[in-house]
Amino acid sequence: MANIRLIRRRIRSIQSTAKITRAMEMIAASKMRRAQQNVLAGRPYAEKIRQVLAHLAAQPGAAVHPLLERREVSNIQVIHITPDRGLCGGLNTNMNRSTASFILEQVAPTVLITVGKKGRDYMTRYGRQVQAEFTAIGDQPSLMDTLPISRIVIDDYSNGSVDAVYLAYPRFVNTMIQRPVLDQLLPVQPATIERPGEIEYIYEPSSKAVLAELLPRFVEMEVYHAVLESIASEQSARMVAMRNATENANEMVQDLTLAYNKARQEMITKELLDITGGAEALA
Amino acid sequence: MAGLTLEIVTAEAMTYSGEVDIVIAPGIMGQMAILPHHAPLMTMLEPGELCVRKGPEETLIAISGGFLEVLDDKVVILADAAERADDIDLARAEAARRRAEERLKSGAPGVDHARAEAALRRSLARLKVAERTRKREKRLT
Repeated sequence: MANIRLIRRRIRSIQSTAKITRAMEMIAASKMRRAQQNVLAGRPYAEKIRQVLAHLAAQPGAAVHPLLERREVSNIQVIHITPDRGLCGGLNTNMNRSTASFILEQVAPTVLITVGKKGRDYMTRYGRQVQAEFTAIGDQPSLMDTLPISRIVIDDYSNGSVDAVYLAYPRFVNTMIQRPVLDQLLPVQPATIERPGEIEYIYEPSSKAVLAELLPRFVEMEVYHAVLESIASEQSARMVAMRNATENANEMVQDLTLAYNKARQEMITKELLDITGGAEALA
Repeated sequence: MAGLTLEIVTAEAMTYSGEVDIVIAPGIMGQMAILPHHAPLMTMLEPGELCVRKGPEETLIAISGGFLEVLDDKVVILADAAERADDIDLARAEAARRRAEERLKSGAPGVDHARAEAALRRSLARLKVAERTRKREKRLT
């Protein structure tokens, strides 16, 4: 008797869990679509700015800019971008592990700028040095929202307190795959930029001035783009995780229903046996 | 007339893409008009109004700084922000203008003069574009 009631209660509880995960899946799916669009919408700007930068970096004498300057690396800064929330499969774990192992490999001391609660929590728990943290950046940040992050990086690099800056974020490959990546942000590497063509531009006011304006913008744009990628990854990882959760819950409900029916039938059979047994004894 | 291809991209989206005849842009060294067969050019832009002509049609776009590249009759504008007249939030631009003006006037310590001025110029550009487009529409009706 007690057993049957227990099973019934579990079925009901799992059913309501499935309802919640199903709702979360739908929400993540709609947010994911928007996040993916944002990632794609930012791409033309990113490509163009890279091309222009390649042209400029190839200019003779133009390459003397603080953000292009290579120094011996004695301090490293890592921008660690993660979601604010969990329930998105292995995304956070993978991200944190990837950055943590990178830090362990480094000889030079490393400071962190964390974007997102999950990365911050992990890094502080393991006693890493967190220089700045940004949380609650929202589902649809504008370039303005990420400017403070790039500001810190540019300032620190320009005044020499760090000599290399890395950008760690979950790259959105497709809905099923999000890969943690770690790119070097500063000094800006001309090697990562595609080869420039042979075109003579007229520069106004001068190639140096244009480069000086363009480089900070390049950094800002890269940071912004990484944040967008992270959001797209988060939402798609959550959608997949929640879909699996819903499926598992439904499966469990099926199994439990079977168990419940069996238990119920057993009980009826037992009762019938009792009755017939009693009747025989009286006869 | 086989014209220019114009693309205006911001970090958030592609704002404009199409064939045009003339682009008049607020360059850092003065207003400039770009016609087909222009030499390769790379310039910084001031916050201001960008005027695009295609046949008899004229479109005004408010730009808050950026870069302009001309190459093989293709004009690409990397803008920090770009809005067409219909997308401009008049109330917001007006509020931004007042805020910037106050900050400039107050002269309080901690006020970044250059930034306040840039903000003022941006909001003025927006207001101007909205104003002029509205006037033109009135004339037509």
